[in-house]
Amino acid sequence: MTATTMTPADRADHLGIHQPRLPKWGPAVIAAGSAAVAIAIGLVAGLQSKIQWGLIAAILFVIGQYVIASRVEGRRQAKDRLATALVWVAFLLAVVPLASLIYETIARGIKVLNGYFLTHSMNGVVTIQPGGGVYHALLGTIEQVAIATLIAAPIGLLTAIYLVEYGKGKLAKAVTFFVDVMTGIPSIVAGLFILSVWIMMLGFGYSGFAGSLALAILMMPTVVRSTEEMLKLVPNELREASYALGVPKWKTILKVVLPTSIGGITTGVMLSIARITGETAPLLLLVFGNPMINNNPFEGAQASLPLYIYEQWANGNEASYDRAWAAALVLIAFVMILNLVARGIARWKSPKTGR
Amino acid sequence: MTTDIRTPAPPPPQAPKAQPGHLTSAKGTGRLGDKIFLGFSRGAGITLLVLMGAIAVFLTIRAVMALSKNEGNFFTTFEWNANSTPPVFGIAVLAFGTIVSSIIAMLIAVPIAVAIALFITHYAPRKLATPIAYVIDLLAAIPSIVYGLWGALFLVPHLTGVYKWLDSWLGWTVVFSYDGGAARSLMTVGILLAIMILPIITNVSREVFAQAPKMHEEAALALGATRWEVIRTAVLPFGRSGVISASMLGLGRALGETMAVATVLSPSAILSAKILEPGGGTFAQNIASAFKEAGEFGRDALIASGLVLFVITLLVNGAARLIIARRKEYSGANG
Amino acid sequence: MKLLPRTKRTRAAALGAVALSGALVLSACGSDNNTGSGAGGAQEDGASDIKCDDAKGQLLASGSSAQKNAVDQWVKDYTAACSGVTVNYKATGSGAGIQEFLQGKTGFAGSDSALKPDEVTQSKKVCKGGQGINLPMVGGPIAVGFNVDGVDKLTLDADTLAQIFAGKIKTWDDAAIKKLNPDADLPDTKIQPVSRSDESGTTDNFTSYLADAAPKAWPHEPGKKWPIQGGQSADGSSGVSSQVKQTSGAISYFELSYAHANSIKTVDIDTGSGDPVEATTANASKAIAAAKVTGKGKDLAMELDYATKEPGAYPITLLTYEIACDTGNKKDSLAAVKSFLTYTASDKGQDVLNDLGYAPLPNEIQGKVQDVVESLS
Repeated sequence: MTATTMTPADRADHLGIHQPRLPKWGPAVIAAGSAAVAIAIGLVAGLQSKIQWGLIAAILFVIGQYVIASRVEGRRQAKDRLATALVWVAFLLAVVPLASLIYETIARGIKVLNGYFLTHSMNGVVTIQPGGGVYHALLGTIEQVAIATLIAAPIGLLTAIYLVEYGKGKLAKAVTFFVDVMTGIPSIVAGLFILSVWIMMLGFGYSGFAGSLALAILMMPTVVRSTEEMLKLVPNELREASYALGVPKWKTILKVVLPTSIGGITTGVMLSIARITGETAPLLLLVFGNPMINNNPFEGAQASLPLYIYEQWANGNEASYDRAWAAALVLIAFVMILNLVARGIARWKSPKTGR
Repeated sequence: MTTDIRTPAPPPPQAPKAQPGHLTSAKGTGRLGDKIFLGFSRGAGITLLVLMGAIAVFLTIRAVMALSKNEGNFFTTFEWNANSTPPVFGIAVLAFGTIVSSIIAMLIAVPIAVAIALFITHYAPRKLATPIAYVIDLLAAIPSIVYGLWGALFLVPHLTGVYKWLDSWLGWTVVFSYDGGAARSLMTVGILLAIMILPIITNVSREVFAQAPKMHEEAALALGATRWEVIRTAVLPFGRSGVISASMLGLGRALGETMAVATVLSPSAILSAKILEPGGGTFAQNIASAFKEAGEFGRDALIASGLVLFVITLLVNGAARLIIARRKEYSGANG
Repeated sequence: MKLLPRTKRTRAAALGAVALSGALVLSACGSDNNTGSGAGGAQEDGASDIKCDDAKGQLLASGSSAQKNAVDQWVKDYTAACSGVTVNYKATGSGAGIQEFLQGKTGFAGSDSALKPDEVTQSKKVCKGGQGINLPMVGGPIAVGFNVDGVDKLTLDADTLAQIFAGKIKTWDDAAIKKLNPDADLPDTKIQPVSRSDESGTTDNFTSYLADAAPKAWPHEPGKKWPIQGGQSADGSSGVSSQVKQTSGAISYFELSYAHANSIKTVDIDTGSGDPVEATTANASKAIAAAKVTGKGKDLAMELDYATKEPGAYPITLLTYEIACDTGNKKDSLAAVKSFLTYTASDKGQDVLNDLGYAPLPNEIQGKVQDVVESLS
């Protein structure tokens, strides 16, 4: 510390504790360089798939980053650079297919998506020709999901209340465990169960309601889980205050606990609705599918949006693919709106828990 | 903090937090309203238990009916001819396909998901992190049939080039040998499943990483650790069990996924180590494709295979839950 | 509902109202009427000829995907004329269609192969006092579609076909193929035979052809399930045809209408009768005309000669049936089944087939079918 005019960096250099660093624009240059080399390799070697180009660029970037950094900055820093590079590459690697999925769905779906498509069924449409719509499937999905919600939401809510407010002992433990386990039931197994009981044993026919039953099974555990989390967030002081005023427990739950957490609960329920809306497998076994509008979910084959996508895909011609993409777009939009509304409610209601 | 940063001690076990609701009166006050309400809520809980029991029982009954007439060995037979007389069907190919495709999915998805979770919590610029986390959250909600549609019409044609490439470099391993047809193989299924379960694993991992004790990270930084060293010593050890349970949840979804497999795979009853070649099958895919041509008996047979799938996912999920439960105990994560 | 907290009550009410009004709006604006759309609205004049009788309600049917494109057109024209009836035909495959018919879930089944004896026995349960009968309704060539870059026309014989599908001939420039196609510019692409992964009457017919016409190269028993494991496979005629469309080097078998729908080129078959026979409806009709009725009584099951050497007759021909009860059809669907099948067997119904890639029934058979349909009860 001889000179007083030294900047801290100079001082660090002087003391020998400051290692040489790559300039800030280093990684960007390496990234650009590896992309360029990858394109060159791709063009020269005649690789058709853009996926390959991307993979080559990614590998070059990771290696380049490591080699250059270990030359300039030393081994430890190089490892850090390597990790950073890998994380970025992984992120991009994941974003590409997901972005492509969204892009493809929108780009291909928009072709036939219009008012006619939304308000007409497939009745009398020859599948190899364009035309027809998705209305009957949308209606079926809404009805099936609504019924499933009517069944699953109350049971799920009450179970959660039981677990949080009353739960003690073996029963509660068992319920907790099996709710967890139930979350993981494959949807096709839920479908098989309803098939074996409702259709094969009790002899009912295919109907939207049979599909709803399977959807309800899939929905219950997620409702319990999310509601449980929300109820646990309600501060105990609120309950105690209520008890202190002589309010019975059940009234405390209904008037204090539930209103406090209602935002979170609604969010949870809506998220699980969004989840079951996209289920296809159980519906494949239970609702049969129908090109016509069937308003009655309790009687007769019904259509459903996910099933419609599958059927149109299975038709295997361009007109049907267009319909499948458009229906997929409608389905994604439907699910996303549910999600966004749910999250909106969560945000809007969230300060309540902080009280 | 005098602890070596390489082995961060778990947070000291806290006294078990009193569960909400139990502080005052465990059983209410004995008033009629309380009894009715308790009855309802307990009834709902019992309904769930009964439902789980019923699923197990009914599937088992049906499965036993099918198995008693099976002429082949259920576990070693390759083909699925439940409609023929006599019926011959087995799950060897299905079990193999289910496990292989799920393993491929896990091998791809877990490292990437962990990396993305780290990206969001530790690497991305603050401004970007929240929206990215949000978008990935939304992606978890995209229905599987849409992934299936995209997989069949977009991913499959785009993978042939990559597979040819793999074949030319790694073809000698047999596993990666490839003949050049449409890429409708277990590998493609694995890749598609990986893309599907990525959001789930990322979300859970991200939450765990975000909970890593800031003190440890700051201590490590203060000792001159690089960002990677901070993560390796303070974040990953803390998050390990969380990542494992997240992966198990993802695995559970991959095992039971139906539509995305049914649309992408070219099924046939062969067991082959060549994962880039078409063929094979999974439990869920077989149920979806064989269902429509199955008679009463064929359905029972499919239910038997569904029961096996059910048991496998139960085990996987149970394991995941146990790991989560253990972690919760010592992190005191209860609000 | 005083117990519910107010916030929740209003919200529940609001949500309910939104859902309800949403449903109302939805159910108010939807329409089953698609007659104004699509390209095939040409049958307006024919509508008046269709006898609806007292057919009402929904007719559920399922089965063969081979005849789906024909049934789609029939349903479209039929329901345009008979507003009281809706027909829901699901192309689940012949096996599935028969199963569902035998379980009493559908009014009739479409199938590419006639009922087997044990299926006839089973059908007596559903058909009170009668049994299931096969009514030939649609014929058509099973085209062998291929996707080879730079090749528009391809001739193959039964032996070569069998070897291709058995995996013995592996590339398109194989000597056996070259010999049959001296003029074609065959690439060295790998051959990707695509088979049906589901049970199917199309497979049944195609393997019967291979077994009859090329017994040496094709040692497998004919059947609904593809006998060779491995290789590319797909679900339904639509599935295999879309695979051929997407995959360079692919070859598969499906009804001509699927080849037309996806603009796939088809193989000419060298039957040894002289000129190679193209897969056309006219050539298929020649093969069907030579077929014999083997069913007894009202059952009109037929047998085709796959090894036919008749000039111009396309040997891989498929005849699909509608399967219904001779007596004891379900009361609520009998009228609809009868009037729908009456239409499909009529001249008007058979006339639409040609454009769709199917072959109309020969007159003699058509007459018999009409008589039997008339007598259904």
